[in-house]
Amino acid sequence: MANTENSIDIGVVGLLRWGWRQLTSMRTALILLMLLGVAAIPGSLFPQRSQEPQKVDQYFAHDPSLAHWMDRLRLFNVYASPWFSAIYLLLFISLIGCVLPRTFTHLRAIGKKPPLTPKNLDRMEGHRIIASADTAASFELARKWLKKNRYRLRIQDGSISAEKGYLRETGNLMFHLSLILILVGVALGSLFGMKGETILNVGDRFINTPTSYDTITYGKFQGQGTLIPFALTATDFAAKYDPITGQPTDYTLTTSVENPIGSTPKKIIIKVNKPLTYGSTKIYLQANGYSPIVTIRDKTGAVVFNGPTIFLPQDSDLTSVGAIKEPDMTPQIGFIGTFLPTAQMNMKRGGFSSYPEVLNPELLLSAWKGNLGLDSGTPQSVYQLNTAAMKEIGIKALLLGDTYNFGEGSITFTGWKSWVNLQIVEDPGKMYALFGAIFAILGLLISLFTRQRRIWVRVGSEIEIAGLAKNGIPGLDKELEDLARALSGSKEEQK
Amino acid sequence: MNSIQLATFSNHAIYACLAIFAVAFVAHTIEVAWSVRNVPGQTKTEFEFTRTDRAGRIGTAMMILGFLVLLIAVTARGMSAHRVPWGNMYEFSITGALTLTGAYLFALAKYKLRWLGLPVSLATLLTLGTAITVLYRPSEQLVPALKSPWLALHVSAAIISGGVFLVANLVAATYLWMDAIEKKGPRPTWAAKIPSLESLDQLSYRLIAFVFPLWTFAIIAGAIWAESAWGKYWGWDPKETWAFITWVAYAAYLHARVTVGWRGKRAAWLCIFAGSTFLFNYIYINIWGTGLHTYSGL
Repeated sequence: MANTENSIDIGVVGLLRWGWRQLTSMRTALILLMLLGVAAIPGSLFPQRSQEPQKVDQYFAHDPSLAHWMDRLRLFNVYASPWFSAIYLLLFISLIGCVLPRTFTHLRAIGKKPPLTPKNLDRMEGHRIIASADTAASFELARKWLKKNRYRLRIQDGSISAEKGYLRETGNLMFHLSLILILVGVALGSLFGMKGETILNVGDRFINTPTSYDTITYGKFQGQGTLIPFALTATDFAAKYDPITGQPTDYTLTTSVENPIGSTPKKIIIKVNKPLTYGSTKIYLQANGYSPIVTIRDKTGAVVFNGPTIFLPQDSDLTSVGAIKEPDMTPQIGFIGTFLPTAQMNMKRGGFSSYPEVLNPELLLSAWKGNLGLDSGTPQSVYQLNTAAMKEIGIKALLLGDTYNFGEGSITFTGWKSWVNLQIVEDPGKMYALFGAIFAILGLLISLFTRQRRIWVRVGSEIEIAGLAKNGIPGLDKELEDLARALSGSKEEQK
Repeated sequence: MNSIQLATFSNHAIYACLAIFAVAFVAHTIEVAWSVRNVPGQTKTEFEFTRTDRAGRIGTAMMILGFLVLLIAVTARGMSAHRVPWGNMYEFSITGALTLTGAYLFALAKYKLRWLGLPVSLATLLTLGTAITVLYRPSEQLVPALKSPWLALHVSAAIISGGVFLVANLVAATYLWMDAIEKKGPRPTWAAKIPSLESLDQLSYRLIAFVFPLWTFAIIAGAIWAESAWGKYWGWDPKETWAFITWVAYAAYLHARVTVGWRGKRAAWLCIFAGSTFLFNYIYINIWGTGLHTYSGL
């Protein structure tokens, strides 16, 4: 918004140049904002590595050369791509370049009086001439009326210049400065944050060190070893389901937490919408599933393995698959397993689970012998069996307590445990983003609902009034009418 | 009444609403169609709404009745599931229809807007019809991620904003239509009752200026909620992304009007563009999209 009082000083050319610069910088900021919106679109249409890595893999499997090119354009990683970051950073700079000078201008303007009354009021909006017998009394009346209506006044010789609605620009600037604060918060979070995930069987203890995590990523400037020294034991996990639809209705994880390690453990309950919070670090309950417990014995009957193995759920009824690997037997033994919490069979799907709770558990196994390939040096998934150097030796469906003798030994299905997936996130920037968001809304409300306008009154042989509504906001005419009525009312009193 | 009875009652109330809004629609049609009469001695026709005032009043009465019955239906639906009735797309839709008729009736009390009754009753009918036939889901409890006080704040803000965006779009479309007609000459009689171009232009701007902070709030409330449910306040989930795109589009609209001075046709097109990003989000992303916001139940 141009401040007319400045423009008078710098002349017409200066005004044009100043106006042009103002317009272009604003325009640049706007174009960048629009561009950010457009650039966000591909990320919603193509699968993103950070959200759906399996779907990205499908693209690569389906058309490798196309997927390769899409990957080079960072289409599977839009929001971390150089071109997206470039727009984001440019917008950031442009916003600062646009808003900061205006903030200083506005701060200076706050203390100032309204500009002088223009020479030709008849060029302004709602120009009216009111006859008056006693101009001095009318002048006083106008002054009082404007004061009462919260106008800021500048009394001159024979005229009043009045303005109200400075808050509009205040709110406007507050909104834009808050947006910068949000961007700062986002940047801080990605530069100094940490995010890690771990899967924990009920009964297991998690110690918050980098090696305890299944995956962990740090922000660019976040050093390792700054993790909060806590230990957490999952003591109980309860899932409730709607008996008709099988939809989950509640997950409750009971934990025993030592913070710092070695202190007296505290019982803490974590739910989906109730993460555990330590400062800017939060611990979330993200997913859950089942770990079937098996006992494996060798030919002599000696126990070589006894414990739970984490299986990954494949559907909403928690049909879960996983791999049990036994490298210490000769030959090495592996099982590909499917755990069905509530087992059912049909011709089309074979064995599947029909309800997510454990009501009729069954473990389907296929046994393999040979080389598990664990020593080959290439990392392999703990949930999958690499059968390249193995031979299938049998399949079996086990009910609870059943034993399957696969020739090289035996496996007994003895029970199950629940596991939970904990996500541990540190985001030191989010408070800035939150405050930015709150101030942004406040600023927006102030700027959109404050009406900024000027009214001028000049007293000569008669009274002249006129006004100016910034941004063409309606309501000025009514106010001028009210003022006119107040002024002509004074005339009647005198009669 | 127990949950199942309440849910059944709610469904019956929705069917009743369909009938009531159908009557309202017919009444509004009669109001417009029967008011056309020939000007004696000329080939011109003109509108005389005094002749069909009764039909118009019946239409308004039906709209009020429909609104009340719909309010009961939505409330019963919520009570049957012991929560706010915004758990899936069926529930969003019936609540959306409620806010749409509510917004129309609210505006009707202040302005002479009865001409909007025809499109509003039609839109409500279509929304409710689609909801009960295509989008219907039995009443059930919420999944754990949705169990949060933020559901009420985030979703209500989003639904109200959406309703107002759509009304603003209707107004902007009317502007473009009237503009095209006025280019060819004076308005025909049937269009005489529609407000002037200038008022239409102002109205769509005011609606958006009013609802933009609410939309901003809906996004921020969603972010705060996501922070506690999903572990990050912004994850570029498809729905989030499109909510952001809508926000950017309306921000551009407001800047174009306030600082660059866009009015009329260009502003109306920009308004429609911004509104369609919202519709795309509601329809496409809800039904065919992926991501964490998949609560439509479809």
